[in-house]
Amino acid sequence: MQGFQMDLVSEHRLAEMTPVEKVRFIIDEVKEGKILVLEKGLSPEEEASLIEMTMTLIEPDGFSGIEMESYPGEVDTSIFGRLLKKNTLKTRMTVIGPADQLKTLRKDRNMISALISTQK
Amino acid sequence: MGVIRKIKRNFADLFKKLFKKQNARIGIYGPPNAGKTTLANRILRDWTGDAMGSVSHIAHETRRARRREGVTIKTNGGSITLDIIDTPGLATKIDFHEFMEQGLDENESKRRAKEATEGVIEAVKWLDNLDGVILVMDATEDPFTQVNVTVIGNMEARSLPLLIVANKVDLPEASPSTIRDAFPQHPMVSISALEGKNIDTLYEEIAKRFG
Repeated sequence: MQGFQMDLVSEHRLAEMTPVEKVRFIIDEVKEGKILVLEKGLSPEEEASLIEMTMTLIEPDGFSGIEMESYPGEVDTSIFGRLLKKNTLKTRMTVIGPADQLKTLRKDRNMISALISTQK
Repeated sequence: MGVIRKIKRNFADLFKKLFKKQNARIGIYGPPNAGKTTLANRILRDWTGDAMGSVSHIAHETRRARRREGVTIKTNGGSITLDIIDTPGLATKIDFHEFMEQGLDENESKRRAKEATEGVIEAVKWLDNLDGVILVMDATEDPFTQVNVTVIGNMEARSLPLLIVANKVDLPEASPSTIRDAFPQHPMVSISALEGKNIDTLYEEIAKRFG
């Protein structure tokens, strides 16, 4: 049977990892050809680290990078969020997969439409 | 961001406030082909008579971050001196085949792809060393890209000023209002860096936002 594997990763699972572990986990899974849907997205710093590490692994005729889409973050307007100040940005669901298999067709503030191909 | 880096940044901010540091390091960010180098060249030509680098329709023409220190912009509201960093286009994927489609041979395409990946790494690292960002978006393209979301998220998480530039409004299909609607929490100026349209408004906004 030809197909692709899609893993839906809970917020709890990612919360147990350090930022470095999260980035490593995502890249390892995506390099195996899996599509990941993260219940809660990454922090902006983690997203930047993921882009940076992805770039170190790109190879001609091999890994060409990742397709990553998330909804824009939302500002935490709760009293607790405002008290913490630096952590007021709430991340939202993120889809990540190999760039040669996952293609974003359309995206807006609340919807991501993606095409997943089984052919590389 | 690590605890030590946070402490260093807080000290740097305090030092800057105490001694009123004059130069602000401003990075020009955005996806490939949004017009970052065209804008950097426009700013430099207008205020120093010089240029930053070459531009091309082929993505990732800028593959190393380029920095120009001490660019003073004078407006009605005062003046501001900036260190301007023109960064390579941020991307989450780079495929050498796309360069070949633009007419480059395989070896040149692979070389360019390798340099582009190094450039993206450098651009991400620069995010840690900036006082603010001018985020250039192509007004003819969908603004909800991962690159835009990542840069905006980083600036918001660090409480640093951000100015969105909706570029290429000289093109008939440009829709700057789509960008404004997408990110209403940040100031935006619509310009044509190529033609200089609305560029004075941009300078006013730069002085206001980063001054």
